[in-house]
Amino acid sequence: MNEFFIFFQTIIPELLQGTRVTLKIAGGALFIGFAVGLPTALIRVYGSPWLQLIVTGYINIFRGTPLLVQLFVVYYGLPDLGLTFSRLTAAYLTLGLNSSAYQAEYFRGAIQSVGEKQMVAARAIGMSRFKAIRYIILPQAFRLVMPSWSNEMISIIKYTAVVFLIAVPDLMGKAKMVSSRYFAPISTYIIVALIYLVIVGLATLILRYVGKRFETPGLESMETATR
Amino acid sequence: MPEKPILRIENLRKSFGGTEIIKGISLEVLPREVVVIVGPSGTGKSTLLQCINLLTRPTGGRIWLADREITAPGVNVNRIRQRIGMVFQEFNLFNHLTTLDNVTIGLTRVLGMKADEARRKGRFELDRVGLSDHADKYPAQLSGGQKQRVGIARALGMDPAIMLFDEPTSALDPELTGEVLNVMHKLAREGMTMLVVSHEMGFAREVAHRIVFMEAGFIVEAGPPQQLFEAPRSERARQFLSMIARSHNGADSPEDQRGRVADDATRKP
Repeated sequence: MNEFFIFFQTIIPELLQGTRVTLKIAGGALFIGFAVGLPTALIRVYGSPWLQLIVTGYINIFRGTPLLVQLFVVYYGLPDLGLTFSRLTAAYLTLGLNSSAYQAEYFRGAIQSVGEKQMVAARAIGMSRFKAIRYIILPQAFRLVMPSWSNEMISIIKYTAVVFLIAVPDLMGKAKMVSSRYFAPISTYIIVALIYLVIVGLATLILRYVGKRFETPGLESMETATR
Repeated sequence: MPEKPILRIENLRKSFGGTEIIKGISLEVLPREVVVIVGPSGTGKSTLLQCINLLTRPTGGRIWLADREITAPGVNVNRIRQRIGMVFQEFNLFNHLTTLDNVTIGLTRVLGMKADEARRKGRFELDRVGLSDHADKYPAQLSGGQKQRVGIARALGMDPAIMLFDEPTSALDPELTGEVLNVMHKLAREGMTMLVVSHEMGFAREVAHRIVFMEAGFIVEAGPPQQLFEAPRSERARQFLSMIARSHNGADSPEDQRGRVADDATRKP
């Protein structure tokens, strides 16, 4: 046991470096996913039929193919078309766009469950479509999306591990180096698993707190039921 | 009456797909007039209201709000809707906003009013519907009758030229309709112009200046309540009104019905 702690102390600085990279990629991917996913969802719900078709195609491609394949296409495939990205950029881009497809679907579901009647009521007091979406639909959709968004966040944190395959020095990448340097795969990967677990746990707690903070009085039970 | 109508509808038509729901309706509503539209379900009453505030685009015909033709091409529908208050059968309150914010959001975000001014106005409107004590509650914390009164306050906040009510009490338990009808009664006394789709015959008798009986997309008959309730010219109106009177008020005969309304009338302040 004592041996394990000494080993732990030896490798932890390097693993924490990797953890920083993992957190950056996860955060960046979730941000890109949000920034692309929300407009995509809005087009999916309110856009013209043609735009809806394009957007649906985009969503299906990213949800219908393995993340790892997407990563390799972006990093190894696109340079053939003259699009070369650094390892880190390829990681952000792939995970971000992948997440955007999922987030688009979650936001679409949330927007649709807010209901057409809220839109009608907003238009009836003279709001433009844009204002109705901004002030009436989205504030409610954000509350409804919390449970599934929280799942998406957990998934993305864990999926970042694939980026070690294009040699990004994330937590998984660092773990690979450390374990082969010390010939200690079991201890290393147990520590790595624990680090992922702690990150996911903390992130979930934060999101749950945010969700509680913005809960609409009187609607708590309904939201908990969906959670 | 020499007064100019606030609302003038001329030969309005509306089809959905191939089905014509409204088949040429013409109607005028004068300032401070209360018009109640009655008729069997599925005859286009709600569609008519939705056409008036352009939530649904009419297929044919024209509508004027005061002197302005609102069905003319290029009209800013958002501007028009600000001037037409709408109260929905199912309230459609903004669930994420407090009672007060339900009223003020239109004032700040649509009319551009300052926040504190909007709050003052919002409290005034809540007071008008008797809900000033519930300003900070959320819709999910209110009873159905209270929700509908918030719905009315929200529409009133915009200072509309006319208020449309789409079966405002139909989604309510019977014991809660009274508080909503009382508020509507009060508005009528204050001189609000109102176009009401409702099956509340007591309200129609007491408050309406004119009853419009609609069926199958047409106006079959229109006139003062006495005429429609006591001597309807059309057989369909007679049948429908006597059926409604029985099912809604549990009264056995029109005489019972009249007696009850007379009682109510004497209690009026």
